[in-house]
Amino acid sequence: MSTQHQSFSEVTLQPEHHGSTRRIWVVMAILSVITLVELALGFGLARHWYGDPHVNYHLILFIKGVICILTLLKAYYIVSVFMHLGDEVRNFITTIIIPLMLFVWFIISFLWEGESWKNMKNTNAHSREYKTEQVQQATPAMQQHEKP
Amino acid sequence: MSTSAIPAGTKWWSGGRSPFNIGYGKVMMWYFLISDTFTFGAFLISYGTIRFSANYWPDPNHIFNAFPGFGHQDLPLAFVSLMTFILIASSVTMVLAVHEGRHMNRKGVEKYMILTILGGLAFLSCQAWEWTHLITGEHKVLVDGALQTIGTTVSHNPWGPAVPHDVLAKMGADAGEHVNTLGPVAFGGYFFGITGFHGFHVFSGVVINVIMLIKTRLGHFDQRGHYEMIEKAGLYWHFVDLVWVFVFLCFYLI
Repeated sequence: MSTQHQSFSEVTLQPEHHGSTRRIWVVMAILSVITLVELALGFGLARHWYGDPHVNYHLILFIKGVICILTLLKAYYIVSVFMHLGDEVRNFITTIIIPLMLFVWFIISFLWEGESWKNMKNTNAHSREYKTEQVQQATPAMQQHEKP
Repeated sequence: MSTSAIPAGTKWWSGGRSPFNIGYGKVMMWYFLISDTFTFGAFLISYGTIRFSANYWPDPNHIFNAFPGFGHQDLPLAFVSLMTFILIASSVTMVLAVHEGRHMNRKGVEKYMILTILGGLAFLSCQAWEWTHLITGEHKVLVDGALQTIGTTVSHNPWGPAVPHDVLAKMGADAGEHVNTLGPVAFGGYFFGITGFHGFHVFSGVVINVIMLIKTRLGHFDQRGHYEMIEKAGLYWHFVDLVWVFVFLCFYLI
């Protein structure tokens, strides 16, 4: 088994850290375990916490946050090991990572926008008490039912 | 190994070598993937904006709870877990193909490319089943005081809040039945739009992988002296897996 030739004169191919495929299998195991943990938390949301009026809203938010962090961990392993970005030189890693930092602003500002939009709708642009009526409008029968 | 490690203190920017130490094609593939990341990111974030702005959003565990061959059993997350593991497995076979390519092992590349293509096709089949199930699976909905049966499409969503049983009884309908009101229309649009766009990426990834398999069989990469094309196809394929990780998060888990 010979290693491949240099494809470009200006590029120095780095030898792989391991000649074997051990690292690939380790990462596959890590990804599978993280996915199973996510699924266990998801089943918890589905079976016990979601839609139960007695459950703490902040607990659900916390669990969803944990699932998001686990997803970012999976993304890190896929990009770093499967896409070999971790094996590239630092100059190249930087040119990939810096543009992606825009997502921090992107996600925060647009979710904020959605939340603010909901508040504006439910208070008629702050002109009345907060009231969610979007749902009841669909069924006149339910509106009567929900009055105590 | 015949290749040498990069000496410490290498001056990357003084000319004569690539400061990124990576082939032109791979750099361009990475830049394309960054632009694609922003496309998918914009789709998923606008989905998040709409979801945050809505007073009610359907619980994915009620919508995606079917598994082929299990009829009407309530199995949340089961089918999508299968799809996720199929894609992880095909990602592993792809990275193994890249590994064999770096060692100029044509037979190994062929074997793992075939497995990767099969994984991609299996994923696409699962998605076809899921879409069919969602579009043709009709549910009873109370619209303007009358019962209708509708499936989930880009313009109809039968997954609104459940109608209380006594309201059904008052209407003279079967009170034991599960009836919803209409849900937010945006749900179907975002679901079919984003999973469809992702599915199209999977499809084009399969096509690219088939072309790479044919070129490997014809010995093009052996003549060229390197298997860098397999690495480029691999980058694309892993990106498709990466996007699924986030689609899985946004539509099924939370």
